[in-house]
Amino acid sequence: MFVLVLAFDTATPAVTAALHDGERVLAESTTIDARRHGELLVPSVREVLREAGASLRDVTAIVAGSGPGPYTGLRVGLMTAQALSSTSGAPAYGVCTLDVLAYASGLAEPFIVATDARRKEVFWARYADMRTRVAGPFVDRPGDVPGELPLVGAGARMYAEIVGEGRLVEDAPDYPRAGALAALAAEHLAAGVSGAAADAGADGRVLTSPSPIYLRRPDARVPGPPKKVTA
Amino acid sequence: MADEPLVLGIETSCDETGVGIVRGHTLLANTVASSVEEHARFGGVVPEVASRAHLEAMTPTVERALEQAGLRFSDIDAVAVTAGPGLAGALLVGVAAAKAYALGLGVPLYGVNHLAAHVAVDQLEHGPLPKPSIAMLVSGGHSSLLLVPDVAKDVISLGSTVDDAAGEAFDKVARVLGLPFPGGPHIDRVAAEGSGMAVAFPRGKYDDGTLDFSFSGLKTAVARWVEAKERSGESVPVADVAASFQEAVVDVLTRKALQACGRYDVKDLLIGGGVAANSRLRALAQERCDAAGVRLRVPRPGLCTDNGAMIAALGSELVAAGVGPSDLDLPADSSLPITTIHV
Ligand SMILES: [Zn+2]
Repeated sequence: MFVLVLAFDTATPAVTAALHDGERVLAESTTIDARRHGELLVPSVREVLREAGASLRDVTAIVAGSGPGPYTGLRVGLMTAQALSSTSGAPAYGVCTLDVLAYASGLAEPFIVATDARRKEVFWARYADMRTRVAGPFVDRPGDVPGELPLVGAGARMYAEIVGEGRLVEDAPDYPRAGALAALAAEHLAAGVSGAAADAGADGRVLTSPSPIYLRRPDARVPGPPKKVTA
Repeated sequence: MADEPLVLGIETSCDETGVGIVRGHTLLANTVASSVEEHARFGGVVPEVASRAHLEAMTPTVERALEQAGLRFSDIDAVAVTAGPGLAGALLVGVAAAKAYALGLGVPLYGVNHLAAHVAVDQLEHGPLPKPSIAMLVSGGHSSLLLVPDVAKDVISLGSTVDDAAGEAFDKVARVLGLPFPGGPHIDRVAAEGSGMAVAFPRGKYDDGTLDFSFSGLKTAVARWVEAKERSGESVPVADVAASFQEAVVDVLTRKALQACGRYDVKDLLIGGGVAANSRLRALAQERCDAAGVRLRVPRPGLCTDNGAMIAALGSELVAAGVGPSDLDLPADSSLPITTIHV
């Protein structure tokens, strides 16, 4: 069966897009720029398509990192996946961004993935091995990330002094790459997903609906009575 | 005409997810999903709440628009999107969607100015806009007076608010009077039972010779007046206060708009934006335009408030004017100046 997975992730400072044919990455583009997800993503998608000599009509699945990650950038990826899916007819899926870092680590023993959540917090999840998330994702202060397990991801590196320098896994990626995301998705697509995607993380499935994992409520307070203008 | 391109317009600058489809000056679909009810209890638009709602609403709103127009995606010839001004995170959702639609359909993308789009939309209802026209845009986000020699190419700012937007003043005064958010429609309704002459509220910048507005002093004056009544144990005549506040706002707005027409010797005035739905503004503007020999154009309320048809209308205008499309790396710009009609 012909497979062409278009994958991208915008949940970290990396804007990354890739095409995968079920066996290998055909093209990948990654730019680190935390402030320009909205500008860079669609040109990157166009670029990997061009490099692979493919057209959007050939794509059989669209996969976007569903975070958690800073919301403004995160939404760019998921909105792009949903809109591309509407025009091309290829189904769109979300994959937890932390799962992509776990997969890329290649680790066969338990570990934790942590990314930057801003506001002096990290998004994190615990894994039994590169393919198996056992807890999370959560958002917490770095000091509250439990255990002695090895750590993967930029969130761990940023707070190395707090979590312990010795726990950082050498050679593991700081940011997700779309090539790894596409490869992970391709594995699960080959294993077979039913037509309807599950809710994010509801039953431990890797491929979910293309909706963001927020973990925080919007900042908003219900106001009290109007302030007096006269003293 | 059937050979004019079919333009899909996407608007997400504030709390409305708007999608419109236009061919030339013909409106084929205008669908809006509003998150206003989610903001009501916060007394104002919460940017993160708006951004989340845009992402959820976009795909279904586009599908409804296509259905309303009886069209398929493959019929679309160009995509236009609000590039600014507006809430940064909200704009970004619409821009991401529009880029993906343009790439997915293989059609050109036009990033356009939200304010110029408020002007262009009137052509869907009243036909070509005389060149030049004066436009006054009043809403919760903007209060601007514009000279419009050509909406596709040349828009000049004559004045704007120096503090609160007109619609913002309506929201704040509504709160003081215990009326729900958004304040505009509630003040309009309550004011119908009161007298606009009951209280002489101040008219900021009334005779200062500029074409700028100021509504902050008026808002504070209303709050002071209401507090004084409450302190003295008297009941607040809500209808009279609402009517008198509204009268002060529309008096200043229409006075400055007509001054602009006089100063630039322009005989056509367009009023747009959410506050243009205010019944007293429409009535007083008509009265003063008639007296001055100026023709007044106000689009119907569904085209005055933020919507996707206005974005499609400006996109259509740009295509007709032979303006080249935007690049797919176009940024959303929350403070896009009015002089930049497209990016
Ligand atoms: Zn507007």
